[in-house]
Amino acid sequence: MAELEVDVRGQTCPVPLVECRKAFKKASPGDLVIVKGTHPASKKEIPMACEALGLTVLEIEDKEGGKEWEIKIRR
Amino acid sequence: MGGKAVIILHSGDMDKVYSALIIANGALAMGMEASIYFTFWGLMRLKKGELEKGPLSKMNMMGAGKQMVKKRMEKAHVAPLEKLMNDFKELGGKIIACEMTMEIMGIDKEQIRTEWVDEWGAVGSYIHEARDASITLFI
Repeated sequence: MAELEVDVRGQTCPVPLVECRKAFKKASPGDLVIVKGTHPASKKEIPMACEALGLTVLEIEDKEGGKEWEIKIRR
Repeated sequence: MGGKAVIILHSGDMDKVYSALIIANGALAMGMEASIYFTFWGLMRLKKGELEKGPLSKMNMMGAGKQMVKKRMEKAHVAPLEKLMNDFKELGGKIIACEMTMEIMGIDKEQIRTEWVDEWGAVGSYIHEARDASITLFI
């Protein structure tokens, strides 16, 4: 099982969502996708997209004193 | 969860082209199908080198307002329209170009970024596309 990192720190709407979708397309079932970002709305919208796509969100974590976030998703 | 979003882009204004491409990319990212029907002033944005050339829908001020907004967009790291268009195509988005507009405006296919266009159509293409869509917008 591979691990894919999506670094969208500093990016704004709709890039974090779009880059996640690209990573899900590239990843194989079972792979771990780790998304790092700063855009506040994407922190709740990426899990919404995962739910719509039937993917499991493993963890949502705040980093750098809340300025960054990291979301781990099982493809 | 599937579903489809079909957007008519009638405006060629830069800010409205942004709206269309952001919404369409959001739909694709969230697992829906998405199509954009480019017509009238919107179709002008499919001409070679014209995607970013639209004026601002309000306070354009002969382009000065647009320049100011563009600078602010750059500062906010808003992606260029070219990237949003490439993402839209990469994620399977569909583009329909209005043939009647081409005739009215005297545009040939050679003037259009045909690599983006999936279908050349008229109102029937839009209705066919939108009749089973859960989201449809006129921008």
